Amino acid sequence: MPDLGPLWLTLYLAAVTTLLLLLVGTPIAWWLSQTRSRAKPVIEALTALPLVLPPTVIGFYLLITLSPKAPLGAFFLSVTGETLTFSFTGLVVASMFYSLPFMVQPLQAAFEMIGRAPLEAAATLRAKPLDAFFSVAVPMVFRAYISASVLTFAHTIGEFGVVLMVGGNIPGQTKVISIAIYEHVESINYAEAHVLSAILLAFSFLVLLLVYTLNRRFPLTGQNA
Amino acid sequence: MSLDLTVKRRFGAFALNINQAFSGDGITALFGPSGCGKSTVLRIIAGLETQAEGTVTWCGKRWQDATHFTPASERAVGFVFQEPRLFAHLSVAGNLAYAERRASSIKSDITREKVVAALDLAPLLERRVTVLSGGEKQRVAIGRALLTKPSLMVMDEPLSALDMKRRAAILPLIRSLPDQFGLPVLYVTHAIDEVAQIASRMALMDHGTIKGEGPIETILENPQFDDLTGRFEAGVVLEAAISGHDKEFQLTGLSSQGHFLTMPLVPVAIGQTVRLRIRARDVALATEIPTGLSIRNMLPVTIISITANADSAFAEVILLFGTTKLRSRVTRASVAELGLQPNMGVHALVKSISLDQAPFQ
Repeated sequence: MPDLGPLWLTLYLAAVTTLLLLLVGTPIAWWLSQTRSRAKPVIEALTALPLVLPPTVIGFYLLITLSPKAPLGAFFLSVTGETLTFSFTGLVVASMFYSLPFMVQPLQAAFEMIGRAPLEAAATLRAKPLDAFFSVAVPMVFRAYISASVLTFAHTIGEFGVVLMVGGNIPGQTKVISIAIYEHVESINYAEAHVLSAILLAFSFLVLLLVYTLNRRFPLTGQNA
Repeated sequence: MSLDLTVKRRFGAFALNINQAFSGDGITALFGPSGCGKSTVLRIIAGLETQAEGTVTWCGKRWQDATHFTPASERAVGFVFQEPRLFAHLSVAGNLAYAERRASSIKSDITREKVVAALDLAPLLERRVTVLSGGEKQRVAIGRALLTKPSLMVMDEPLSALDMKRRAAILPLIRSLPDQFGLPVLYVTHAIDEVAQIASRMALMDHGTIKGEGPIETILENPQFDDLTGRFEAGVVLEAAISGHDKEFQLTGLSSQGHFLTMPLVPVAIGQTVRLRIRARDVALATEIPTGLSIRNMLPVTIISITANADSAFAEVILLFGTTKLRSRVTRASVAELGLQPNMGVHALVKSISLDQAPFQ
């Protein structure tokens, strides 16, 4: 039996990344869905970059930005005493960039689909904007939140290139499952690579199965009546 | 109500420019063709058009001027949209509670019990809104708007998506809102029959401006507005009391201004007051009581005015009937031949009367 530490680390990383991206992605998606600003295409292009760029490129730039020699990395080091590169925190930051479009795009599409009408209705029902957002917009796009969270979670689990560049291979800190599998294969340790790969395969399939089953059982709860 | 609007709003080539005070206590219909800006007026009143310039004043309170904008959530306006806009993630009861919870600090006689009873919502409360029919959805939407405890209701063609039968079922409910809940209503529609059925006043809109506002009888009998109200449908609204039914000939007798009228049998109790609609094209004029005529309704009237255009075959004649008015459309040739002129007493022959309004229940 291989060391399952990388598996738990991976799940933990994916969960933390997803939770943080829910907080960061929601305002970005909402702003993109509502704005008439000229900056919209710029922000849209920026959030979509991780879909296009090779993970090594993202990883390379993140490595430079997060390094203690760069302002951001230096600031983090001075506040916490830790470096962002080759640490779990750095991995979370990197994963958030890497998975951002998977959170923002489904939410933005859903917010755009419901349009302004339900929020106008909420306003005439005396709901202030923030109240209307949480009591109407969020429940109406609840399914998009599920999809976006699952996609973000799954995409973070599959991350390899960015981790390799920014996190390295520190057991219990940055040695996630894809890195562990790569390492097993490199050292011709196929049996352990098999076990970890099979676990990942089964897990991914089950998650997707769950999502598609839920989608079928609760179709379009967010439709305006 | 006391609502003062001095507002402007531009959308590309379309300009809305409204300077109007609304004072009616019942239902005021905002009537005009599609695209004339009626809905935008309601949206400005409710605070949904943040780009609108000008002032909106409700009962002395500035909702909007050059320096201040009260957001929609703080204006005491209940809004019923053209499409119901119910929240699908909530049940019917949940939709009502949404409004009720947010209006809990507002003093009003409007209670959940009264609203549920008035709109017959009790059987729907536990349902999901997605399974409701169009008419049911709109009843829930009206109830939900009422539960915001507004001091003004605005309704934007709430029945336009419904068939005739459902419309007929909901119109009396809407008509009773001002009395039941002490609420003035601004009601947008482009259907003149709806206006006549529920409104006591009307404002005529065209190309982004209000052309006239006043009691519905005054607006309808004014030939100046015929282009907007529909010349073919031009006519008056007349109040009458049901005096009896003739089952054998299937007729209902009515009395209005001390005179007797008959019309095809209507299922309304004796003594009830109804509103009749008499179109100008259904009223002929005679200088003497004619004999051997199939028309049963002949009313003594006095000519008030005759308006004729040289480019039309017809003349519009306004008639005094008791204390109210009738309108007649006759050919200019007849006017000349019969020597019709103002202050002349004539007989109005009414070919057809229709009931404009179901009686109050």
